[in-house]
Amino acid sequence: MGGGEEASAPTAGAPVPTHGAGARTPILSLRGVSREFRKPFDLAARLARRLGADIREEVVHAVDRVDLDIFAGEVVGLVGESGCGKSTLGRMVAGILPPTSGTIFWKGRDRASLPPGEAKAAKLAVQMIFQDPYASLNPRLRVGEIIGEAPLVHGLVPAAELEAYVDEQMRRAGLDPAFKRRYPHQFSGGQRQRIGIARALAVGPEFLVCDEAVAALDVSIQAQILNLFMDLRRELGLTYLFISHDLGVVEHLSDRVVIMYLGRVVESAPAEEVFARPNHPYTQALLAEVPRISNRKRAFAGVKGEIPSPLAPPAGCHFHPRCPHAMPICREAAPPLREVAPGHLSACHLNDRPAV
Amino acid sequence: MAATLEVRSLRAHFFTKAGVVKAVDDVSFSIGEGQVLGLVGESGSGKSVTGFSILGLVDPPGRVVGGEILFKGRDLTKLSEEEWRRVRGRDIAMIFQDPMMTLNPVLRIDTQMIETVLAHEKVSEKAARARAREALVQVGIPSPDERLRAYPHQFSGGMRQRVAIAIALLHRPALIIADEPTTALDVTIQGQILYEVQKLCREMGTSLIWITHDLAVVAGLADEICVMYAGRIVEKGPVDQVLDAPLHPYTKGLIGSVPSRNVRGQKLAQIPGMTPSLLSLPPGCAFRARCPRADAACLAEPALTRPRPGREIRCFHPHLVDEVV
Repeated sequence: MGGGEEASAPTAGAPVPTHGAGARTPILSLRGVSREFRKPFDLAARLARRLGADIREEVVHAVDRVDLDIFAGEVVGLVGESGCGKSTLGRMVAGILPPTSGTIFWKGRDRASLPPGEAKAAKLAVQMIFQDPYASLNPRLRVGEIIGEAPLVHGLVPAAELEAYVDEQMRRAGLDPAFKRRYPHQFSGGQRQRIGIARALAVGPEFLVCDEAVAALDVSIQAQILNLFMDLRRELGLTYLFISHDLGVVEHLSDRVVIMYLGRVVESAPAEEVFARPNHPYTQALLAEVPRISNRKRAFAGVKGEIPSPLAPPAGCHFHPRCPHAMPICREAAPPLREVAPGHLSACHLNDRPAV
Repeated sequence: MAATLEVRSLRAHFFTKAGVVKAVDDVSFSIGEGQVLGLVGESGSGKSVTGFSILGLVDPPGRVVGGEILFKGRDLTKLSEEEWRRVRGRDIAMIFQDPMMTLNPVLRIDTQMIETVLAHEKVSEKAARARAREALVQVGIPSPDERLRAYPHQFSGGMRQRVAIAIALLHRPALIIADEPTTALDVTIQGQILYEVQKLCREMGTSLIWITHDLAVVAGLADEICVMYAGRIVEKGPVDQVLDAPLHPYTKGLIGSVPSRNVRGQKLAQIPGMTPSLLSLPPGCAFRARCPRADAACLAEPALTRPRPGREIRCFHPHLVDEVV
């Protein structure tokens, strides 16, 4: 499609990762999900092309053939640096953005071909919490309207009971229902994030996509919101896809961690496993760089090099220009995700060698 | 050890229509040659205004209303605007969170760097260019000659921050004030910047004030920590002592709020409530309303005490018995 793509096994035949979960059907799974962004030609480029200039369309492979299974009640942490496609993936999971190719299954059924009634239910079942508590709330609506609008529109609550319903949602998110006639600007960042959470929970979702939901908050407020997420998980049996660049937060919250680099999943494993035995050199580098309170006066080292532009990612393994263990094959072929230990997947050519 | 900078009872207030905001209220600390001081606090704690005050950069309606800022023995608060200009950039430099606050988007990097050199020294343009190139090499920018001719928008975020640091280094200042310089950067890029900064402090004996909300970054970098809350330093001490045995309940709460591997899956020890508005601070200890140890004594203003050598706190009920954090 985008040209210059390395030959690889067709996605349809890719082995389906099971994560050692037996015969359970995942609540949500992705198979070969990709998302491209294209920049349409402007007038000058169209003219130049007509005159025979060799101008290629700019294509960003934000998410590149991702397979992922998330089971009910699980908290999956999705980690990566800017431009790795983690937010794009989250938006596709939440149903805000359609994938360019690939399939998203909801409880084992293709979400794109559900009958209308079920499609709507499936859509409501996945809700999203956004990073910016300032930009994600309509400043001209009162808090009560922000929270109550969706359940009313979708007919989940009769109009007569809406007041009481909104009060309950606010209380559950740790807000005083007395504030429901206020506007978002009258709240602090942490409280606004609670409004966003109350709004998402008001339609009774089973699955929350949290995209950097605590990144904009102060440490003491961040702890309050993280605790709220954990309480809600217990109370409502929620499943989370928790997207963050903060490994400390992800480690604290997640059962399983998925690490992305330039649109691809490079490693996926249970949280303890990733932090105890990271397999991919990128994961290892990332973990080495996480500042921790327990690390005093240490010598910082830093992974070499910059994060490459997703417009022109390096061929083969995307990480090879920065990788200390890069081999000739890494420049040519993209390593597939394969199981290196039960439930632990990693995409690195180092694992091709016989075990030493 | 002679202090590079000594701040005594600094007060910076903002005179707004809604009232007086005491953004920095009676703040004292000192920093020695080649030392790294971590100034830690949450939004609105006054940590950035403290940094701006040292450089005389507090804009109206704010101004420094009291205290002394002794830089190598000279009180900066008594300087005229012209004298200030000679100190800024040459003796004390600042690195901002957003490198585009330092960089002019419409000028090439070389123009900006040469201008900075010539602002304080009478050297030829050729010599100034050589200095600029050398500074880029120091902060680890590859192919410096080519990069000198580039514009800021042609750099990535991490590279821009390196250029901003290179500009701060041009005059080999004795003190650098860094205000959250890695907060907007990715983890691997943050690691690279911290590496360069650490190396420079060690090699050139530059003192560094690192302003941040991130205790974990300070843990790896600083010699000493000042924890600020509502315009005051509530706890100060060597980094190991403060992080391993915090005395102030706020410091303890802050450390407990940071997710770490020890408390995986458990509830974080959260601090209830939120930071108070500086416009309507109640009398007494500002942390009183959120503090688990607060009682009637806290209605009075806690004075600065030194319960242990090298430690300073403002609290009536510190965690003096050694407790495991």
